[in-house]
Amino acid sequence: MSTIPDSQAAIYTVLSEIFNDVFMVDDMKLTPALSAKDVAGWDSFKQIEIMVSVEERFNIKLNTREIDSLKNVGDLADVIAKKTA
Amino acid sequence: MAGYCSGAALQQLRWLPKTTDWRDRLRALAHGQGDIWPQAVALANEQLDFIRTNALDDLVRRRHGDAAPDTGTRPVRLAILGSSTLAHLHAPIRVAGLRRNIWITTYENDYGQYQQELLDTSSGLHAFKPDAVLFAFDSRHLAQGVHAALNQQDAAAAQEEARAMILRCWRAARAAFACKVMQQTLLDPFLPLMGSNEHRLPGSRSKFIGDLNAALRGMADAEGVDLVAVDHAVARDGLAAWYDAGLWHRSKQEVSPAAGPTYGELVARILAARQGRSYKCLVLDLDNTLWGGVIGDDGLDGIVIGQGSALGEGFVAVQEYARELARRGIILAVSSKNDEANALEPFEKHPDMVLRRTDIASFQANWSDKAANIRAIAQDLNIGLDALVFLDDNPFERNFVREQLPMVAVPEVSDDPAEVPAVLADAGYFESLAVTDDDRVRTAQYQDNRARDALLANSSDLEGYLRGLDMRMVWRRFDKVGQQRIVQLINKTNQFNLTTRRHTDEDVEAIMADPKSFGAQIRLRDRFGDNGIIAILIGRMQEHGVVTIDTWLMSCRVLGRQVEPTTLNLAAYLAAEIGATKLRGEYIPTQKNGMVRDHYAKLGFTVVSQDESGRSIAELDLQNYAPLPTFIHVSEG
Repeated sequence: MSTIPDSQAAIYTVLSEIFNDVFMVDDMKLTPALSAKDVAGWDSFKQIEIMVSVEERFNIKLNTREIDSLKNVGDLADVIAKKTA
Repeated sequence: MAGYCSGAALQQLRWLPKTTDWRDRLRALAHGQGDIWPQAVALANEQLDFIRTNALDDLVRRRHGDAAPDTGTRPVRLAILGSSTLAHLHAPIRVAGLRRNIWITTYENDYGQYQQELLDTSSGLHAFKPDAVLFAFDSRHLAQGVHAALNQQDAAAAQEEARAMILRCWRAARAAFACKVMQQTLLDPFLPLMGSNEHRLPGSRSKFIGDLNAALRGMADAEGVDLVAVDHAVARDGLAAWYDAGLWHRSKQEVSPAAGPTYGELVARILAARQGRSYKCLVLDLDNTLWGGVIGDDGLDGIVIGQGSALGEGFVAVQEYARELARRGIILAVSSKNDEANALEPFEKHPDMVLRRTDIASFQANWSDKAANIRAIAQDLNIGLDALVFLDDNPFERNFVREQLPMVAVPEVSDDPAEVPAVLADAGYFESLAVTDDDRVRTAQYQDNRARDALLANSSDLEGYLRGLDMRMVWRRFDKVGQQRIVQLINKTNQFNLTTRRHTDEDVEAIMADPKSFGAQIRLRDRFGDNGIIAILIGRMQEHGVVTIDTWLMSCRVLGRQVEPTTLNLAAYLAAEIGATKLRGEYIPTQKNGMVRDHYAKLGFTVVSQDESGRSIAELDLQNYAPLPTFIHVSEG
C-alpha cells in the first residue's frame, strides 16, 4: 500500500506538520510505506517525539502494543484513524 | 485535526504569546545569514511545545556550536546528573536559558555513572568543568531496596541512606567544582498500596519519596543548595502531564518529553535568579485589570471591585496576589491611561480596594502611551526596563509594549480576573532564592526616597539638604550574615559597577579568608530610614604595596549624596591597613555601566592607561592621601 487513502488525507496533513517540525524540514513527503530506515535521523528519540506529538495533536493515547506494532507511517495513520473515529 | 491537545500542553508556557508565523520565522532564520541570537531569543519567548523547543535549540546549536555568543549575560555550564534518561531535557533547559538571553552549555553523565564521574577526576564531568550541577534522580533509583514488607526500622534506615547519598553527591560536586548545586525534587510515580492513609505503611515507596521530598527542603537550606520543585509542578499540573508509565518502560524517561518546556523553565529560572536576572517590579494597568469597568466613565460607584459579585471578588484576588508579592519585596507600579485624579480616587476612597496608594512605588496615570509610561517608571525607580513585568487586560497595549520594549515581560492574560494570579505565578517572573530583610522593607525604602526627594525639592541648596539628611555610613567586613545579600548585589548590579565581575558564594568566602584582600559591605542610614546595603567594595593586594579594587559597586538609589567620596575614604583606609601605598582602580565598560566611566578620575585618581575598548586603569597615591571631605559620618558596625 503506497497511496494515501482519501479518508485519511486530513490525518496525513497533520502528520506532515509533525514530521516537518520533528525533522526540521520544509516538505517531507509522507507515504504509507515510509519508515524509520528511510529517514536520516529517525532514531528512538525522534520516534518518541513523534509519538508524544501525535498524542498531543490528535488528543489520543497510544498504548504500548500499538506503538510496538508500528512498522511505517501507514500503520500510524491507521491507528490514529481508528482512535479518532 | 481532531482535538487541540492534551491538558499537559495547554498548561505549558501559557503566559507567553503564540503567533501563527513562528514556523516561518524559524525557517527564515535557518536560511538566513549572520548572528541569529537576538531573533532566536524572540522566538524562544513564545508558547513552544517540546517539538518546537527542540527545533529552535537545534538551530541555535548548529549556528553557534559550543561558542557562547556575546549576550551581555553570564554563560552557564550546567551538568545534569542522574540515573535515568535525561537527554531529552537538555534542549528545553537551553531554550529556557535562551528565553532569558542566557547561553547554557549542558553535560550529562554516562548512563547511571554519576557517582563515578563525580569522584573520578579523569571523567568527562571533570573535563566539562561545570559551574552549576543539577541532580535529577529518578525515584526508582532512590527507592531501591524499599518494599512493602519492610518494617519501620528498616524503612527508616533506607530513608537515612538515601539522604546520606544525596548529601554526599552535593558535597562532592561542590568540593570538585566550587559550583552552584541544584537538586530536582522527586517525581513520585509509585502507586498507593494502602490508599489515603498510605503513610501508615512503613515500606511504601510512595511514602518513601514523599518523606524524602519533605526532608530535601531542610537539607537544601542547610547546604546552600537550590531546589527545582518538580513535585510542586506535578501537584499543580497532575501526574499525567509529567509522567507516562509507558514511556518509562520504553525509554527510562521519568519526565515526559511533553513536560520538557516546563522543566526547562524551572531550571533556567533558578540559574537566572542566581545571576540576579529575576524581575523586580510588577507594573499594573488599572481599568479592567485591578477593577472591572472604567473609572473615568463609570465613576467610583460604578467600578466592579469587592465582595458581592464573582467578578468583583476576582479583582480582589488579583490585588491580593499583587500585595503579597509586594510584601515579600516585589515593587508595584501603576501605568494607566487616565486623568491622575480619577486614577487615584479608588486607591484613596474605595472601601473594597486591597491596594492603597502607599503600596504603589511609582504611579503613572496620564494620556501618554504605555511604553512611555513604563520607561518613566523604570527611571523613577532607578531600575532597568528588563526588571519590569507589565500586566494589562488589553491585548493592544500588551502587543504595543512587547513591540516597543521587548525587554519588558508582558504575560498573556484573559479578561477573566479569576485566571490572572495563577498565570502570573506560573510565569515564574519573580523567582527568588531567599528573602533578605531588605526585600521585606523594599516598598518602604522607595517611599523613604520620595520623602527625601520632597525635601530636596524644598531645599534650595544641595549642601544644606545633605547636611539635613544626617547620613551615617555603617560598614562591615564580609561575613556570613551578609553573604547572601552581598552575592545578590554582586550579581545583579549593572549600572554603578566599575568592573561587573560576578562572584559566587565561594569567591566571597575566599575573600573573607584571604589576609591580603578585603571585602566591605556598606549600609547607609539617614533620618528617613535605612537604605540597606548600598555598596560593596573588594580590594586585593596583587603586587607589593598596590591594592587593586576588584569590585566597587553601588546602588543607584544613593547617587549624588557623597557616598562615592566617602566610600573612597573607606577604601583608602582598608588598603592602607593591609600595607598598600597605592590604590589601583579599573573600569571595564559594559552596555550598562557608562555612568561610571570617569568615576576614578572624578575622585582624583590619575588615569595611567586606556585601551580602545574603553577599559582604563587609574591610580591613587595613598602616601599623600588626605580623606575627602563629606557630610557622611562613618563607623564600623
